Amino acid sequence: MVATTHSKQFESIELESGVVLSPVNVAYETYGTLNADKSNAILVTHAFSGDAHAAGVDAEGHKGWWDNQIGPGKGFDTDKYFVICSNVLGGCKGSTGPSCINPATGERYAMTFPVITIGDMVTLQKMLIDSFGITRLLSVAGGSMGGMQVLEWAVRFPEAVASAIPIASTARHSAQQIAFNEVARQAIMADPDWADGNYYDKKPPGRGLSVARMVGHITYMSDESMRQKFGRRQREENGIFEVESYLRYRGSQFVDRFDANSYLYITKAMDMFDLANGAQSLVPVLAKSRTRYLIISFTSDWLYPSYQSLEIVSALRRRNQDVAYIELTSNYGHDAFLVEVDEQTELIRGFLSRTMKEVAKR
Amino acid sequence: MKGENGPLVHELFGRGDYGLISEIVEPGSCVLDLGCGEGELLAWLAEHKGVDARGVEISPAKLQKAIAKGVSAYQGDIESCLADYPDKAFDYVLLSQTLQEIRYPLQVMKDILRVSRRAIVAFPNFGHYSVRLAHLFNGRAPKTKLFPYDWYDSPNIHFLTVDDFEILAARQNWQVERRYFLSGTREVKSFPNLMAEVAVFVVSNR
Repeated sequence: MVATTHSKQFESIELESGVVLSPVNVAYETYGTLNADKSNAILVTHAFSGDAHAAGVDAEGHKGWWDNQIGPGKGFDTDKYFVICSNVLGGCKGSTGPSCINPATGERYAMTFPVITIGDMVTLQKMLIDSFGITRLLSVAGGSMGGMQVLEWAVRFPEAVASAIPIASTARHSAQQIAFNEVARQAIMADPDWADGNYYDKKPPGRGLSVARMVGHITYMSDESMRQKFGRRQREENGIFEVESYLRYRGSQFVDRFDANSYLYITKAMDMFDLANGAQSLVPVLAKSRTRYLIISFTSDWLYPSYQSLEIVSALRRRNQDVAYIELTSNYGHDAFLVEVDEQTELIRGFLSRTMKEVAKR
Repeated sequence: MKGENGPLVHELFGRGDYGLISEIVEPGSCVLDLGCGEGELLAWLAEHKGVDARGVEISPAKLQKAIAKGVSAYQGDIESCLADYPDKAFDYVLLSQTLQEIRYPLQVMKDILRVSRRAIVAFPNFGHYSVRLAHLFNGRAPKTKLFPYDWYDSPNIHFLTVDDFEILAARQNWQVERRYFLSGTREVKSFPNLMAEVAVFVVSNR
């Protein structure tokens, strides 16, 4: 399956802050075929460092980030469903973000880019979905930050979402999650090359961004998965620990593919996200949704621990809403949602197939 | 076994009470199955009766199979999962062959009757003559077709009979709307406390 990233431009988008961003681009890919009554569309939302390339192989031979789950015969079966994935607003993979040129000034936005929210990301996705003439998505699905967008979709556009699959996600960040993001942001901003965000056409803040990514990778793994993957092994040539070598490699690799300012804006959007908008209980806000839920968490995921998924499940039960929930056993930590394929495939396939039947009845 | 679906359901699931439950539940109702296993019954009810089907299952492996069948089930244990639900959230709550395994069956029954209009409770009858005979002649904890476990690895921690349940229902002032007694797939008409292998009660609050 060869994938091509497309781009669409809209005249403007009004952000939650009231700022109007104009114009706005969205990069997206699609897989499968939209049926005649446009009832088989699924929006897949990506995690923090993901992009529109979710499945298939791109021109450079890179596989999509959820290729093991999207494709013919897979969990999101492209023989049956039309799958859409777009790069988030504020990103650096084709959708408008801080590294883009501000048409008003002819300069890059950098830190003049307006504050964006998970809600703004969803607004842009809704514009894209509307442009396809799709009025109701069969499902919105995603892990981690993708799961936040899923939840936002379900409460913001209840009539436009038949089912929701938030995986390894949360309705709001805990202090611990915000803390890790803050360490990453401080690492970037402490790099002199960051230069208040004006590093474009100069040397990017590679050291800071690399450290930020290293912190991230630690939180994506588990004690057990690190023990299995690295143990205390050292590299023969220089004596450094395997885990050090791995983190440095991942950090440096990230610098080539991610924009430091996007890192700042998107992590801030995640930290500010609160489905309940400051309220203690999730019950009233979730009561707005008219959606079937499949919620999945993983035993060893300490970054997005199961209690955060259970809080959502419990709130849905308070109004007797339709929810399936499972905590899958895995050693892979937060990474599990991208790595544990077989169980999730079975769950997603069954859930979507049931949803398709319910939608047909409606 | 009456009704066109009865024998079929029994063949599918091999448990007499399943067939009955599928006859009792009205089409389009909202049903919660406590201890739904791999979700066979709920999937069948959703498919053939348009039931809004929910399930609770403690075993992750079984739960996974249930969700894969499209059943809205979640991981939880029966004794704590009901607290979240509003009053009368369900038309029916099913408790099939589980009452004898729960630590606090009375509390669970009260919770069930709070969240549902009716409870359908099926349990193996410890008063069945085979159990009595096994105990009488062997002098050991009964091990029968109905109770196939050794005492030390049995999931059953309460040994109730048809009469025991009737007495509890009367004391609690529950209304027993219907009662069915089964031996295999045959309905038992007389001496249920002695002859029924499985009892199914449809119970509501007065």
